[in-house]
Amino acid sequence: MHTFAYARPATLAEAVALLEAHGPAARLLAGGTDLVIRLRDGTARPAVVIDVKQIAELRPAIREENGRLVISAGTVMTDVASDDRVRRSFPALAEAAAVVGSVQIRNRATLVGNVCNASPAADTAPPLLVSGATVVAEGPGGTRRIPVDGFFVRSGVTTLARGELVTAIELPLPARKLGAVHMRRTRRRGHDLASVTLCCAVDEAGVTRLAYGSVGPRPILMIDESGVLADPAGSDEAKAPIFERMFADASPSPRSMRASPEYRLAMLRVLGARALRTAIDRLARG
Amino acid sequence: MSEMLQTVPIELTVNGRRRALNVAVHHTLLDVLRDDLELTGTKECCLVGECGACTVSLDGRIVDSCLVLAVEADRAQVTTVEGLAVDGHVSPLQQAFLDKGAVQCGFCIPGQLVAAHALLAERPHPTVPEIQEGLAGNLCRCACYQQIISAVLATAEGTAR
Repeated sequence: MHTFAYARPATLAEAVALLEAHGPAARLLAGGTDLVIRLRDGTARPAVVIDVKQIAELRPAIREENGRLVISAGTVMTDVASDDRVRRSFPALAEAAAVVGSVQIRNRATLVGNVCNASPAADTAPPLLVSGATVVAEGPGGTRRIPVDGFFVRSGVTTLARGELVTAIELPLPARKLGAVHMRRTRRRGHDLASVTLCCAVDEAGVTRLAYGSVGPRPILMIDESGVLADPAGSDEAKAPIFERMFADASPSPRSMRASPEYRLAMLRVLGARALRTAIDRLARG
Repeated sequence: MSEMLQTVPIELTVNGRRRALNVAVHHTLLDVLRDDLELTGTKECCLVGECGACTVSLDGRIVDSCLVLAVEADRAQVTTVEGLAVDGHVSPLQQAFLDKGAVQCGFCIPGQLVAAHALLAERPHPTVPEIQEGLAGNLCRCACYQQIISAVLATAEGTAR
């Protein structure tokens, strides 16, 4: 591994100052499950690595605040997956966090890190999109709240500005009853990246939210307010054209080694239909 | 501490013993365990967090030590495979691995043991799918998976419910 300078700021202000001073030559370190691999293989060659784990505001914590669930930047997947409030109000997010990597990875990888890497295959991205999550960023200009749908650009690229870091993810507690599920397709059971990752939520007002990833440069959110998809008695024929519109933006890369574009597009439709049925069932069961 | 550092003094507790040393910031916990502390039970293998041969317990949770910088383990409690023995004898889990023939070439076994130990600490009586999930981050190229699962089940059966 090539060498770098290491900084362990104790305050957010120090971290922001370091980020502002070093710009793209600095990389943030939280769980390290992506960064350390990239430091070793040389695909990341930062002059400075800023370890954010000693910053009080970023310490692992999930708390309820003004009708939102706030997950701090230091919170690891294991704790997201096992938290009672996440499981109750955002079961699809808990399901997604529970399938990231292995136990060893989930004990280290943070939810915020998963979002900031902006991998198109990030398993937590679809449930965060469906839940209307907001990314809270701290920077030289103060605090900024960015809807997660406006955060992802493409793999490794987000709308964060120079000097900004993400301090938390906020999820509005659902006002309506809903049924939601996360599903994914991998080459093998256990520890693998998704060939398709998808989340579907249906609420009692008939709105269906569908988000999917690993089939294009960034995860995509689609919303159907017609009530057709959410109708438990609706026919597959009636739902098919709406599904097709929702999947129209999928454009899997032909260069990926995990799965061919044809396979991904076929599985996207299978998983989409399966997830919709599960979401409808869950809503009915309450 | 926000000044820029190339080497950092750290203190950590490894298998119950306090250790203080200076580490290069680009060295991993795995490097330091093997090369500085000479605890070579923990193995270096894939270096991308897929195989689990470098699994250790860090503050009570298992991690891939190839993906943790040594400086991140400052003030932490670390348990490696060398810390699993009880009073100088192999633990019941280690004995079960031997009894069930779970050890062939042995390279993945330190990681398997640390992961299985953590699983049993959390779930003293795991189901087979729970064992499979708990050990999904530990690959065995000898494909001793059935024997490893049998060893974990046997250890659980030997534990009072």
